Amino acid sequence: MKSVIIKSLSKYRIIRRHESVSLQKRVGYMIAAVVGSMLISSTLIIPLGINPLIAYYEMFKGAWGSKLALSETLVRFTPLLFTGVAVALAFLGRFWNIGAEGQLYLGATVATFFGISFYGIPSYIIIPIMIIAGFIGGSIAALLPAILRSKYGIDEVVTTLLLNWIIYFMMQALIYGPWRNPVSAWPESPAITKEAELIRIIPGTRVHAGLFIALTIAIIYYIIYKKGYWGFELKLLGMNPKAAYVQGIDVVRNIMIIALISGGIAGIAGAVEVMGIHFHLREALSHGYGYTGIVIAMLGLLHPIGVILAAFFMATVETGSQAMHRATGIPYPLAFVIEGVTLIFVLIAVFFMEYKVEKIGGVYK
Amino acid sequence: MIPSEFLGTAFWISVAALMIRSAVPLIFGTIGEAFAERAGILNLGIEGMMLMGASVAYIVTFHSGNYWLGFLLAGLAGLLMGILMAFLSVTLGVQQHVAGLGITILGSGLSFYIYRITVPTPGGVPPRVNSFPPIYIPGLSENPYIGPIISQPAPVYIAILIVALAWVIMYKTNLGMMIRAVGENPKAADTAGINVYLVRYIALMMAGFLIAWGGAWLSVAHTSLFLPGMTQGRGWICIALVVFGMWDPLKIFLGALLFGGIDAFQLSIQAIGYFNIPYQLFFTLPYIMTIIALVVVSRKVIYPSALLKPYRREEA
Repeated sequence: MKSVIIKSLSKYRIIRRHESVSLQKRVGYMIAAVVGSMLISSTLIIPLGINPLIAYYEMFKGAWGSKLALSETLVRFTPLLFTGVAVALAFLGRFWNIGAEGQLYLGATVATFFGISFYGIPSYIIIPIMIIAGFIGGSIAALLPAILRSKYGIDEVVTTLLLNWIIYFMMQALIYGPWRNPVSAWPESPAITKEAELIRIIPGTRVHAGLFIALTIAIIYYIIYKKGYWGFELKLLGMNPKAAYVQGIDVVRNIMIIALISGGIAGIAGAVEVMGIHFHLREALSHGYGYTGIVIAMLGLLHPIGVILAAFFMATVETGSQAMHRATGIPYPLAFVIEGVTLIFVLIAVFFMEYKVEKIGGVYK
Repeated sequence: MIPSEFLGTAFWISVAALMIRSAVPLIFGTIGEAFAERAGILNLGIEGMMLMGASVAYIVTFHSGNYWLGFLLAGLAGLLMGILMAFLSVTLGVQQHVAGLGITILGSGLSFYIYRITVPTPGGVPPRVNSFPPIYIPGLSENPYIGPIISQPAPVYIAILIVALAWVIMYKTNLGMMIRAVGENPKAADTAGINVYLVRYIALMMAGFLIAWGGAWLSVAHTSLFLPGMTQGRGWICIALVVFGMWDPLKIFLGALLFGGIDAFQLSIQAIGYFNIPYQLFFTLPYIMTIIALVVVSRKVIYPSALLKPYRREEA
């Protein structure tokens, strides 16, 4: 296999495209990546003696097929949109923030602190306080790697990944130790104050006002991306850091701001999960939302609308795979396989957006 | 008052034995990673490769009862993932950060999925498999001081052999010279007639194979079960450790022992339960130490020059 690849490379050459690929084509490539991923993943379903079409039918039915199903998909969509935007913003400016998971947990922890310390404060005061607390918690978690990168040149990928674990264990220490809810059988913080609970926007479902907050953040990202001078700075930084530097863009300052905002958004995700769904700080607050955010950002081509669509698709896959599991017995981790393969296909698609492969003629041989 | 166990020789002997066991996955993982990075590829697929190794070793051992076979096939699974990483980062030359994360997300999901479809878990309890027993060394294993330290499962000795072998390959063979060359200056290496693509493929295959062994150690030697996500971020510690060890197998070995020691120490004082603080805080220690270590060495390290840079002959 290895030698085939190497040999075939010598017959082809990879050439950078001079023309940029049209938006329609880019979207087409992304759809192809998703379809390809589901096709490849179906090779894991076939050995179980289950028709993949039926499995995927159950998946989509379980995500969109009823009011309850769709509402659960929206519940999953909310944190994924936050983390997707958080990662997309960071990647746009080439700050490799892989720490959305930890930032989410630190945001949730700081927000919970206010939620369990102050009772009887009106909703219109405590809710903004907790959201800002979430933002600050997430920001702190992202600023440390940003400082280490700017000051010591340490790759933020490693530090953000390590911080995910540090924050997770510290959060565990809190809910197993000083914050342990005395009236609960499992480790969790006491319930946050009733005034801090986000309202359910669709009666009879778990869809909460956090969805609006997430969409607002996505819209703000859209404005930054499309209109803002800062969005232009970010894109320039992402495309060509040297050119950005020559243009007089302060790289260090920008990294700090990116980390602050990206981490903050991921932190709000944690706060909102506590205020809208769990009402306690819990170990299982996030099902890898921070990592899924990476897949979402890449699949959405870092574009705000793309990120919204990608987050909705991933919410569909994750929610639907639970229903598929109940209906067909296929283990639900298939969702994570689909996510991983999707990310790999997205990378391949991005390659074909930037390069074309040509066969080398006789002259070059 | 400090409890007597804390001062006792028995405590330190158990810490030493545990230090070696905690260091083994770091040795396999970091030496594997060192080959990838020396060839110019930052392989962030390490966590996923480790998990696949753990899962495959466990599944094969569960069905065959043979942990040696499990260990071998885990290595092959890692090798295949190394080829995938090479296809993305060498042939296509896409962003190495994201490619590696893709492999990690895929590996985490796939390791969990194949475990669920191949191993029945009645009542949700994962069945235990045969695992590597401690090696019995006549005359020494009974010794109360040395016995617990040197009477370890076979992969411990394999890890030590790998350290020596990796050092020889890296510095004393043609292959090692070529790996270092393509990681420093791929264009010059190409001009000298070295197939840059092939060498990087080989380096990533070696990396995947060894990294998967780090995972296999966790499932069929250190414990005898597989748990989803059981590597608990050890892969990321390896990524930092390879910098700390300056891509040199011997320094990596010492670094792995140091971090294994921190891990063993935190586990042991936790077990004594002397400190009245939540035990989860001890878990953070190796990760915090890793970040501190990176800060300490940050001014001194010289990364392989071509790290993170894809090589395209057409653009060279």
